[in-house]
Order: sequence, then C-alpha cells, then structure tokens
Amino acid sequence: MAHATATKVGELAPQLELPDTHGTVHTLPMPEEAPATVVVWTCNHCPYARAWHDRIVRAADDYEGRGVRFLAINSNDAQRYPHDSLEAMRKRVEAESWPFPYLHDESQEAARAWAAQVTPHLYVLDSGLRVRYEGAPDADHMDPDQQGAWLREALDAVLAGQDPPRPATDPVGCSIKWKA
Amino acid sequence: MAARAPDVELLWWEGCPSTDEALAMLREEMAALGLDPHAIDVREVSTDADAQREEFVGSPTIRVDGRDVQPLAQEPVGLTCRVYRLADGRISPLPDRGEVRQTLRDAMKGGDD
Repeated sequence: MAHATATKVGELAPQLELPDTHGTVHTLPMPEEAPATVVVWTCNHCPYARAWHDRIVRAADDYEGRGVRFLAINSNDAQRYPHDSLEAMRKRVEAESWPFPYLHDESQEAARAWAAQVTPHLYVLDSGLRVRYEGAPDADHMDPDQQGAWLREALDAVLAGQDPPRPATDPVGCSIKWKA
Repeated sequence: MAARAPDVELLWWEGCPSTDEALAMLREEMAALGLDPHAIDVREVSTDADAQREEFVGSPTIRVDGRDVQPLAQEPVGLTCRVYRLADGRISPLPDRGEVRQTLRDAMKGGDD
C-alpha cells in the first residue's frame, strides 16, 4: 500500500535510528550535523532502484569532500521479498563496496514516519534537517548520462544556502513492500 | 507458407509502473513483424495465489508460446517488479527489445516446421 501523504519539502525530517548491515546504529539528527544529508529509500530487488544506484553512488563520492552525508534505507518486507533480507543487503554492500551505510528498517516505522512511497525515493535535507528536495534522482532511470542531475542540483543549491530550483519531483519506482 | 501467429501473454502487477511501457514495446515489435499488436493476452497478477498459479516471478513478464522472453533460473515466485538486464548491460524494468523481437521471430518460424 502507498501512503497518501509524504514528508513535505520545508518540513523537518523525522528522526531516524536504524542499524546498518554491520549492526552500527545511525541516527538523524546526529551530534554534529552535515551541511547536507541525502536519505534515499532503496532496495535490492527493484529494477528502478538498481538502475539508479550507480548514479547515487557517484554523487556520494563526488560530494564526500563537501561533507554531504548519505544514508540508504531498505524497509521492504524481507519475509515475502528475500532479496531484501538483511543478509542479502550485507552481501550487496560488501560486493559493491558501498560508500554509504545501508540501513535496515525492519519494523518499517521509518518508512511510515517519512511516508516513503517507492524505491528509490530520495530526500535532500539542509544542515537544519529540513527537507529541501524530495523525489527522483533524475529524469530517466534508463539514461546513465543524467548522472543524478536533480539530486546534484538540489545539493548544489543547499550547499550554497539557496532554494533548490526544483524542490519536488515525482518519485518513480517499485512500491515499498509493506508487511501484511 | 505464412508465419504462424504465436500466443503472446503479458502478465503484470500493479506495484510496478512499467506495464504500459512494456505493453507499448510489445505491440510495436508485434506490429513490426506483421502480427496483430492487439492479440496479446494481458493478465493482471494481483494475489500471491495468482503468482503461484502463473509461476509469476515479477512484473512485467512476457511469454511467447509459453516461453519467457528472458528466462530466469531460481527466481522466487511473487508479487514483485522484475529486474531485466539489457544487451548493453544496463539494468532495466523492461526486457531487452531485441530479445522480445527474437523470441517472437523464433515462435513465428516454429509454425513453419
């Protein structure tokens, strides 16, 4: 089921406290906040999330030097979708050397609090953890040359203390797999 | 002898946004081969029981004379979106157009035997 409301641009992001694939707990907020934070709902089994993944990784690499924090979250029901189990997440992070933590939202409470709808569903937060961009990484999951342009555009604006020119786009992908 | 018209099925699940695009691509390829682009058995898979009965491993699934356009090994049956790999290596929610065309061609030739 999809939720009717989403975390809105301009609102404070809901708090997070989730373990990554090695059991380390990551929080939002954290003691010293990054100048910008990217939170992306993703998963292992969705072709849209997979198609966009490398572009998000490249953005994380490119913005690392500017202190941008990236968090990926998988909230899918692993019982019905075994490709999204914690073990499958761990194997993927290790095989692909992810540059950011892959958090496991087993209870699905984070996805409900944020009203994440699909994978990928991406949020860009400013240093005050206010949502400044919400939506897709770029305009076309099938075109690697897009390079996550909407994500980068939002990050550039937030890091410059400006409003992103495109604060929201429609997230495109597979629905979050809610537990029955 | 005219090539035979194969049985073409498209199975879809509402949780994936790729159905319309898949159907459009399939119709284009069928029309290009001289087949009726509307002669497709389009079926929704909406429950786990449907998925089990149809041996549905993800949306969209396209079968020509019962043959999957990109056969998979060991994929769990279920209501999910299907991950395809295109000929150029990209991951896609849709099968490779060339594979769809070839599967249709193979089925049409099969009728000439």
